[in-house]
Amino acid sequence: MFNKKECVAMLLAGGQGSRLYALTQKVAKPAVPYGAKYRIIDFPLSNCINSGIDTVGVLTQYQPLVLNEYIGNGQPWDLDRIHGGVHVLPPYQKASGADWYSGTANAIYQNIEFVDRYDPEYVIILSGDHIYKMDYNKMLSYHKAKQADATIAVLDVPLAEASRFGIMITDEDDNIIDFEEKPKNPRSTLASMGIYIFTWSKLKAYLIANENDKDASKDFGKNIIPDMKNAGEKLVAYRFDGYWKDVGTIDSLWEANMDLINPNIPIDLYDPAWKIYSRNPVMPPQLIGKNAKIQNSMVTEGCVIDGTVDFSMISDGVTIETGAKVTDSILMPGSVVKAGAVVEYSIIGENSVIGENCRVGARPEDFENRDEWGVAVVGHGLNISPETVIKPKDIVSEDM
Amino acid sequence: MAINMANVLGLVFANMHDRTVAELTKSRTMGSILFGGRYRLIDFPLSNMVNSGMSEVGVITKSNYQSLLDHLGSAREWDLSRKKGGLHILPPFGHIETGLYRGRLEALYGAMGFIKASLCEYVVLSDCDVVTNMDFRPIVTEHIDSGADITVVTTSGIFSSEETLSSTVVAVGTENRIHDVIVRGPISGQCTISLNIFVMKKDFLIDLLQNFVPRGLYSFETDVLQAKVKDFKIVSYNYDNFYRKIFSLDSYYKANLDLIDIENSKALFVPKRPIYTKVRDNAPSKYGLESSVTCSLIADGCVIEGEVENCVLFRGVKVGKGTKVKNSILMQDTVIGKDCEISNIITDKNVNICDNRLLTSSALYPMFIGKGASV
Repeated sequence: MFNKKECVAMLLAGGQGSRLYALTQKVAKPAVPYGAKYRIIDFPLSNCINSGIDTVGVLTQYQPLVLNEYIGNGQPWDLDRIHGGVHVLPPYQKASGADWYSGTANAIYQNIEFVDRYDPEYVIILSGDHIYKMDYNKMLSYHKAKQADATIAVLDVPLAEASRFGIMITDEDDNIIDFEEKPKNPRSTLASMGIYIFTWSKLKAYLIANENDKDASKDFGKNIIPDMKNAGEKLVAYRFDGYWKDVGTIDSLWEANMDLINPNIPIDLYDPAWKIYSRNPVMPPQLIGKNAKIQNSMVTEGCVIDGTVDFSMISDGVTIETGAKVTDSILMPGSVVKAGAVVEYSIIGENSVIGENCRVGARPEDFENRDEWGVAVVGHGLNISPETVIKPKDIVSEDM
Repeated sequence: MAINMANVLGLVFANMHDRTVAELTKSRTMGSILFGGRYRLIDFPLSNMVNSGMSEVGVITKSNYQSLLDHLGSAREWDLSRKKGGLHILPPFGHIETGLYRGRLEALYGAMGFIKASLCEYVVLSDCDVVTNMDFRPIVTEHIDSGADITVVTTSGIFSSEETLSSTVVAVGTENRIHDVIVRGPISGQCTISLNIFVMKKDFLIDLLQNFVPRGLYSFETDVLQAKVKDFKIVSYNYDNFYRKIFSLDSYYKANLDLIDIENSKALFVPKRPIYTKVRDNAPSKYGLESSVTCSLIADGCVIEGEVENCVLFRGVKVGKGTKVKNSILMQDTVIGKDCEISNIITDKNVNICDNRLLTSSALYPMFIGKGASV
């Protein structure tokens, strides 16, 4: 018999990510490319292995093919283990019938058996929507020291932004005494990061009880946490003060990418002690031509660049032809910007081709009415014919 | 005839030709010399074998092979971590009194157990001195069709005497039959040289070893190709795709810079036949506020704040503000400070160049800075 695991991670990766529109039409949000050579899910998976958590269940439901292949046997994250490792957990048929995951709590409920196989003391619930580097082991030590039943990671956000988040109200010992979802007049600035540690025996009981309640929405935020608080369980807030960014919208995905090239933003991908792992494409180094001009940007392997690149994230296998200009943009893997095309403030999806002399997006400075401006998006695998103009804020999901 | 390439055993010689680039092999094998921004020379024969459908490979080593072991690991990155076949590292097999092997035949003799145990019918032997993207399928097919005892992969062209001095020159007659062999002769001009890649039947190789090695014959080139050119049917397979042969520090320098040419790069890095290498999980490369990079090959994990022109930068290289680097090869984790001027330099791994340094040499004789040195 194998040893039990102290803590098992359950990563909620089933969300559709509908606010990313064309970018999540065929792939689940956690598999969306980020930061030139990563996908969003690389961050929680790398955090797990760097924190010493080697058993991870990834709950998938929406468009799982890309994600399943990406995770594979977990080897890129050192999560290919004889006992434990990473497991993709889609909904499955049981003797009692088959159901989709109807909520975050229901997804864990349907996988109680998976967690029980490792007989853990604790379970950490993660999501595949956030970019951050965090030592979960520190949070677990805190959970144990506080003798808590549930610990929720929180970030102190500016008051002006607090109404966008789930807000935790705490006493002087950081015990959670109340919470409110997206409050108009927030009573605290501690925003939930969507990272929970539970004592497994407690959580299991609440999951089962919640499942038996026909009217419940089977959600952690709406049911499990309030139920535990109402029953008098010990809920504590764990304060995190590093970089953390939700990438659930086009704007926040764009910003989170740009943060990587902003020297004033504290997220360091070059730290050898906390590497972010990813499934590396097998590609040669980037080839920079004689007409190339690249500044303030990140570029990765397999790229061939002979144009101008400024303030941009250039993913693997991207081609930027002579005379093309890419500024303040994100080019996802395999995309091509043909000669003479200009791409500004845009996100170009995987393997899409921007034809000669196209104009995609524009600078906000050129707009008197800022409401008319926004990041332009071209979805995955699209062909944009030469000379096409794609306006800012446009979201293209078909060939043009 | 379609050949089942799973029936072909690969044997790669990691240490052959070490002496031709002594600077680079001081602390490593020929096979573990860094090349092309993110590769090591052994990646090329290994990837070519895998991409040709071969799945059982032995790597024959002699000395200094720690870096090679570190690089190859379980061979997963070449898809050679297998239950059936896969990659086997074959360190020298011998007793203290016999010493290290002297030539290719003795080296193979030491690996006899491995060769005999393989169920493959054919063997492809390859050194690590040729950088190319080679498909072995047509070569093995032609070997079988021609009924040759030994097929030698060759290339024709105009060569300097420096190159032929470290090569095997062959004369090819009708039906590609090799009828004369000159080993390390100072020939210059138009000729045909061996690319040190050979195909034969496994049983033929075993017979050869059992007959030759106990008689004190150890050189494949001199004792087999040259001495038996009339007795054996030795056939040339002419290879005319892109390749670069590494036979000196200078040829190493030029071969690296040649990859900056897009046509060469396309010929070597064929998307359907990728060159595999050890993954290092570097972050993407970062180009700074005042950086300027032109005509260069840049691997991941670099941070460039200065000017880089006509260079190959390996993984994790840092170029400081105000620094100008030209016509140079900077290997893994080389760090160059601010306001330096550098041209025609090869730095080995982990070289550190402080601020305000001026280091230039002629393009004909690039300066070499050894592993871990501080300037």
